[in-house]
Amino acid sequence: MAKVLVVTSGKGGVGKTTSTAAMGAALAQSGKKVVVVDFDVGLRNLDLVMGAERRVVFDLINVVQGVAKLPQALIRDKRLEGLWLLPASQTKDKEALTDEGVGNVIAELRKTFDWILCDSPAGIERGATLAMRFADEALIVTNPEVSSVRDSDRIIGLLDSKTVKAENGERVEKHVLITRYDPARAARGEMISIEDILEILATPLLGIIPESQDVLRASNVGSPVTLNNPASAPARAYLDATRRLLGETVPMLVPTERKGLMDLLRGRRAA
Amino acid sequence: MDDNAEPTRQPVRLRGRSYVAFVFAPVVPIIEWLAELDATLARSPGFFVGKPVVLDLSAVDLSRPAIQHLVLSLEKRNIRILGIEGVDVSALTPSMPPLLSGGRHCALQQAEPEKVEVKPPPTSLLLDTPVRSGQSIYFPDGDVTVLGSVSSGAEIVAGGSIHVYGTLRGRAMAGVNGNSMARIYCQRIEAELLAIDGYYQTAEELDAALRNRPAQAWLEGDIMRVTPLN
Repeated sequence: MAKVLVVTSGKGGVGKTTSTAAMGAALAQSGKKVVVVDFDVGLRNLDLVMGAERRVVFDLINVVQGVAKLPQALIRDKRLEGLWLLPASQTKDKEALTDEGVGNVIAELRKTFDWILCDSPAGIERGATLAMRFADEALIVTNPEVSSVRDSDRIIGLLDSKTVKAENGERVEKHVLITRYDPARAARGEMISIEDILEILATPLLGIIPESQDVLRASNVGSPVTLNNPASAPARAYLDATRRLLGETVPMLVPTERKGLMDLLRGRRAA
Repeated sequence: MDDNAEPTRQPVRLRGRSYVAFVFAPVVPIIEWLAELDATLARSPGFFVGKPVVLDLSAVDLSRPAIQHLVLSLEKRNIRILGIEGVDVSALTPSMPPLLSGGRHCALQQAEPEKVEVKPPPTSLLLDTPVRSGQSIYFPDGDVTVLGSVSSGAEIVAGGSIHVYGTLRGRAMAGVNGNSMARIYCQRIEAELLAIDGYYQTAEELDAALRNRPAQAWLEGDIMRVTPLN
């Protein structure tokens, strides 16, 4: 059974695209056939993070408008068997997406893939609503700060009312993924606590991804962080989140600041 | 001989069709039965006008003149008899309605319109999921109960009181139709705005000591009071 997972947040810059790439790669590594679909028409980025920007010929809009066939637009990942990308168009805008056209593309993808990850654009306009429209599950990417949490709450409201599942009286299964979690700032009480986020969103937590230079480094070389440096803290957190998504029980670790020997010494000297 | 002169024959086509007719089954004494019929007609005059009516005489033993008289009496009441059932053919004259047989029972559709049960509109609204940012709940007919939290950026507008069994972070407006008796109750108060019958208070004016505690808001004259619950 194919699953359509929308990666969404409302707010921009919280890590939707990074998370789509990282989780897509992790799912493919566990043997699933995965396609990541970029819905950010006009501001596409997923191709860069996936390192496929030099191989884009046709895109989602071409397929929606019938200019190209779906197999022509799908780009196969060079590193992983079973990982594919359906890029967005950079020259069109989101008005080119139609409800029916997107529905047809998703229905066709369902036939060949186990997981279809839709990377939603920021906002609550056409691109975002169409990215979530046909979803079975949703990954709500949230940063530990007030504006991101409120926007996520708004998106959950839309997931419960504007999706095909919601309109049929069913529920889209929702997961919260907290990204850019900074243990040092959390220790100083400069971020909303994880308890407060979950209390406000009233939605189960799938994982906590620590803020890390590894994420930026991976994006710059065009590789999902789970592939680029699987041993890094964010990669391990993404891999754990993926296992939870697949139904495994994995203990949730709240990232803490790792204290080196020097820090300890310095701490003692200060005390 | 020339046969061509004969006109081409149009075969007569016969079709069957069935209708629903009212059946009158008079009982003796006929005078009283007619009086009963008159009473029915008085209640709904013209009910049988233009409707097919069959006379079932199997329950009574009437002579030919008596049948004649009965048919005429009904015609005077504007009831025309389509046919007669349950008598011997010898009892009828050619001027009377024809003898019918083979009728079947069927349920008659009552002409009276069915009474539509008017349910009183619900006076309260129950929401068993959290109210998310951007959602607006408008219920002018009564109370709103939320089994969950009301997020920042959400609003609830109620004609009656508002009950929130979670944290109230959004806006709550009670008694919007001029109900100054309406109140707002919540398990934890962090509201952006509270309003009752047009009087309002913003988060800034809210006593900091009340925050994060169970509280209620009500109107005392034209002053809004917010006090802890229990």
